[in-house]
Formats: sequence, C-alpha cells, structure tokens
Amino acid sequence: MAVATVRPRSFSDNIAQAAGLDARLLAMLGILVLIWLGFDFLTSGIFLTARNLFNLSLQVSVVGIMACGMVLVIVARQIDLSVGSQLGFIGVFGALLQTEILPIADPNTWWLACIAMIVVGTIIGVVQGVLVAYAGIPSFVVTLGGLLFFRNAAYQINEGRTISPLNETFQLLGGGINGSIGATWSWVFGIAAIAGVVLVVLRGRQRRRGHGVAQRTPLTDAITIGVWSALIIAFVMTMNAYQQPKTGIAMGIPIPVLILIGVALAMSVIAKKHRFGRHVFAMGGSPESAELAGIDTRLLTVKVLALMGFLCGLASIVITARLNAGASATGTMTELNVIAAAVIGGTSLAGGIGTIYGGILGALIMQSLESGMILMGVPTPMQKMVLAVVLILAVWIDMAYRRRQAT
Amino acid sequence: MSTAPLVAFSGISKTFGGVHAVENVSLDLNPGEVLGLLGHNGAGKSTLIKILSGVYPPDAGEIRLSGSPVNIRSTRDAKALGIETIYQNLALSENLDSVANLFLGREITNRFGFMDDEAMEEAARTSLDRMKLRLPSLSKLVASLSGGQRQAVAIARAVHFNARVLIMDEPTAALGPEETAKVGALIRELASQGIGIILISHDIHDVFDLADRLAVMRHGKVVGTTRTADVSKDEVLAMIIAGTLPAGMARRDH
Repeated sequence: MAVATVRPRSFSDNIAQAAGLDARLLAMLGILVLIWLGFDFLTSGIFLTARNLFNLSLQVSVVGIMACGMVLVIVARQIDLSVGSQLGFIGVFGALLQTEILPIADPNTWWLACIAMIVVGTIIGVVQGVLVAYAGIPSFVVTLGGLLFFRNAAYQINEGRTISPLNETFQLLGGGINGSIGATWSWVFGIAAIAGVVLVVLRGRQRRRGHGVAQRTPLTDAITIGVWSALIIAFVMTMNAYQQPKTGIAMGIPIPVLILIGVALAMSVIAKKHRFGRHVFAMGGSPESAELAGIDTRLLTVKVLALMGFLCGLASIVITARLNAGASATGTMTELNVIAAAVIGGTSLAGGIGTIYGGILGALIMQSLESGMILMGVPTPMQKMVLAVVLILAVWIDMAYRRRQAT
Repeated sequence: MSTAPLVAFSGISKTFGGVHAVENVSLDLNPGEVLGLLGHNGAGKSTLIKILSGVYPPDAGEIRLSGSPVNIRSTRDAKALGIETIYQNLALSENLDSVANLFLGREITNRFGFMDDEAMEEAARTSLDRMKLRLPSLSKLVASLSGGQRQAVAIARAVHFNARVLIMDEPTAALGPEETAKVGALIRELASQGIGIILISHDIHDVFDLADRLAVMRHGKVVGTTRTADVSKDEVLAMIIAGTLPAGMARRDH
C-alpha cells in the first residue's frame, strides 16, 4: 500500500523548521543582521544602542501593521494604493472627533475615537472592495482614486489645519514618553510570550501524535523554544535598557510595538490556520480554480480589502497618537513604503505567494536602512535613492531564488 | 434494467445565441459504469457535461439522479448531489499543497473557521491510500508535482467527498504512457466501487480501452451509444466523423 513518505531531515532543516521558518526567512534575517552590524560599524556604535533600537521598533510599527494587510491584498492579486491617504484621512477624522465632538478630557473619549477610526477604515475598505469585486473595476484604479480622494478629503474636512493636542490617554497609543509599559510589565510580557511558545510547541506534538502525522524530532522542538526564548529575552532587555531621558526609568516595550506584535500574530494565524487565509492564497494562485472549488471569490475580495482598511484604521491610531496631531499630510507616500515592505518580504505581485512575517521583516529592513542612513548623515534624497535600489535588488534576488527552487 | 440509471438525461437542449449546442439529448449512466463521451470539438459534449456539473442550466429537458428529478443550478448544487467534475486543466491551486487542494472550499475547521491541518492530512492520506495513489509528500506544493501526481490529487479531491458521479474531461490527454496506465487503473478501481464515470474525449484512443460503453455526439445530438466490446475503433471513428452508425446498430440503441 502506497504511503506518502517523508524525507529525512538534515540538521539545517531542523533549525529552519524549528523556528517554523523557511530558508528564505533565515536569509532575510541574515541580511537584517548584516545591515545592523554594518550600520553599527559605520556609525561607530550608535546604531546598536538601546535608544536607537527602541526608536526603530517604534518607527516600524505603523508600516508594519499595514504591511500585514498589504501582504494579503497582494497575495489576492489586488493592490491598495490608498493606504497612505487613508492614514491621513482617518487621522484627521479621529482628531476632529476628539477635539470637536467628544469631550477631549473625558475618560471614554480615547476608546470611542479608536473604535470610530477603525470602523471608518473598515468602511473605506468595504466600499473599495465592493467596487473592485462587484463593479469589476481593477483595484489599481479604485485605490488610485482612493489615494486622491482620501488625501484631499483629509484637507477638506479640517480646512488644512493641524489639529492638536489630542486626548491624553489616546496619546499613549503612539508610544511617547509614557507610551511604554515599563520594565516589570515588559518582563511579564516576555515570560508570557515564552510560555506561549512552549505551549504551541507542546500542542503541536500532541496534535500530530493524535493524528499519526509525522512527528518533529525533540531536537527541533528544543531549538524552537531556545531560539524564540533568546529572541524574546533580548528584545525585552533592549527595550528595558532604554530609559526615560530625565527620570532614568526604564521605558520597556512601547504600546505601538505591542499592537504590531498582536497584529502580526493574529494575521499570521489567519493567513495560515484560518479558512479565510487559505482561500485568499487559493484565489491568488488561481482565481478560476478557487471559483470552481466553490469559493465566493467576490465576497472574499471585499473581505481582504476591508481587512486592509481595518488595519489602516489601527495604524492611523498609532501615527496620530504619536504625532499628537491630526494632520492632513500624514502618511503621504506611505503606501509605497507599505507595498515595498510586502514586496521586499517576498510577496509576489503575481499573487498567491507571501508571508506575514516576510512583510514585517521587509518593513524592518527598510526602516533599518533609513534609520542607519539618517544616523550617518546621508542626505534625504540619497536615502530614498538607496531604498529604491534595494527594493529592485530585493525583488530580483527573490525571483532568482524562486526560479532556482522551482527547478 | 431493474434499477434506475444513476444519471438519466432526457430531452436536454441548450442553445447559445440561436445555435443548438445540445439538442434533445437523452443518455443514461449506470452505477459502476465507465461511459466514454466522444465527439469533435464543438460536438456538444462539453456543454452537456457543464449542464450536469451545474455550470449552465438547460433550456429544456430533465436530469434524473437514481430515478429522482434534480434541479442543478450551480457547481455547489452538483457537488452536494455527489456530482464531481475534473476539468481538463484540473483546476488545482499550484501554490498550495496537495492537502490544501484536496480540501479547498471544504476545509475541516472548528466552528470559528480555524482549520485542523492534522485531521485534513490524515484524511487525505487515508483517502489516497484507499485509492492506491502515491504522492511523494502531501506537503509538497502542487506546482512541483508531475502531471500524473496532479491528476491523482484532482481525482482524490473529486472522490473524497463521496462522489457518485465523476466527470473527467480529457483525463489522460496530458499524460505519458505510464501515467495514463495508472490513471486508467484508477478509473477502473473507482468504477468497481460503484461510481459512475463519464470520460470526455475527442480522441477515441484515450477512452477505447477504458470505457464500458461509448456515446458519440455530433452537431449537438447523440449519434448513438454502443457497448465498447461490440464495435471497432474504425466504426466509432465513422460515427464521430460522418455520423454513420455501424451496420446492424439501431439509432440510439438505449
């Protein structure tokens, strides 16, 4: 009787599989480490300081949150060019809501504003999604319209003013001076995260045993737990090492980074473990096949763009809170950073291929390059030119890698 | 025949813009039978099959499944009735693995929609083993599988969910001799389990050795049906090309 056989695993496979990662991801991590070490050398040790890494994590959160959605959008063979404009529009809307409609100092204002901003983002996504899926207008056109519309709507609704200051609790969501959770809670978070990793590994073993599916070696699982624990501890220590400038109190993990981690985990689970994600990948790989398999591809397209809008709302909360202002120009050109992050992270514009962690690593690589060049005093135009070259180079290498794998 | 046929088309017609793609077709498929549906491109065989698989509604006529009339309005309806179709291009998602393809659109999930990968993998393996299908690894992407392996995935997907009727469009056209033989053996195996199978082809050689019975279509009509054992390839070719029946065979003998 024929049984599907499992190829024996080599040690490097073990390590790769241990982190739940593929060779591609390890290569990206390697590149990131090289960039960090390179900049640290070039800036005489400024790059790898707690302060810089803290700021880097803060800066990466907005693009990272949106990149999670953009990966799925591109996997579904669509594009969303309106995300930067959505960021600005939703931000101005949220700021107006806090300053002119809700009582600004009221303890309920911050969360009411947050919900309203997320709802507005989701509605924008639904409308764009319906135009793409049911009216049959290409997403490039719909969201190009969205880019133009929402940027100017952002100027229209507040007459070009910058609205500031905002609700004080709301400001914490941007990760300012008080917008971090402090040393103790950071450790609590770190320990909980490690416990989570252990739990996931043990449950995986249990499930595989229950179904007679090929088991991973104990070594693989041990490495999984080891690698992730080390990363988590290093992260918490770094965040705690950065202190408030005046008081010397440890900052800990900034709230926007916690939001990003939450979004990344949720989106990864949705992409890999939920029927919705499976269908998005199927549709991106072959819309016809997905349709014949009984998947409602139109509704699915609406859902994907709605999810993107939802994440734009979330990202808008973070950036608006960080700036402590609703400004019409917020997020200008951010759509390009978000798309670039997804693409550098290995998302194929042909659809059907991409990972959430790739998108976040892509955002991290871009932000690291930008941050490093700023520290080195590279002029802004030059920075952008370098990023452009990196984008093209990354896609080229990725394509070459895939071609090699396909043979 | 004592029992009702598995599928009975009676008086099925379908026109597209005034052209009769299928005209007053009546045809039976029995349980455990392999029926070869032959004809040139444009003879109407694909349209007839798409009516059964829920892609087109018929303009006139009736389809009975094991004796009871059915109304098939969508591919979902057809699948719910146990009518599965394997398209010529197989309609697989190459960027997903075999298990994902097998369960696409019918994933095993909990009530929140989260998939049980292990349960699906186990069920897929059981299903493939039962059909004596061999795949190198269930977690390999379909893109990296050979033509025969892909066919195996498509067949497994079609029969896993208790198919009663299996429609296969040019199942061996893209395969080499060895894989053709494997798929052929599999078709016989499935038929022996009581599944009714319709093989569509424009090439007599593809189906002559596999089919119990042949139905030839030409210009939207059934020229005739015959037991494969009773005719030669040349006689069938004459039916396909000229629409002439072999000597001694009544028009529409069934």
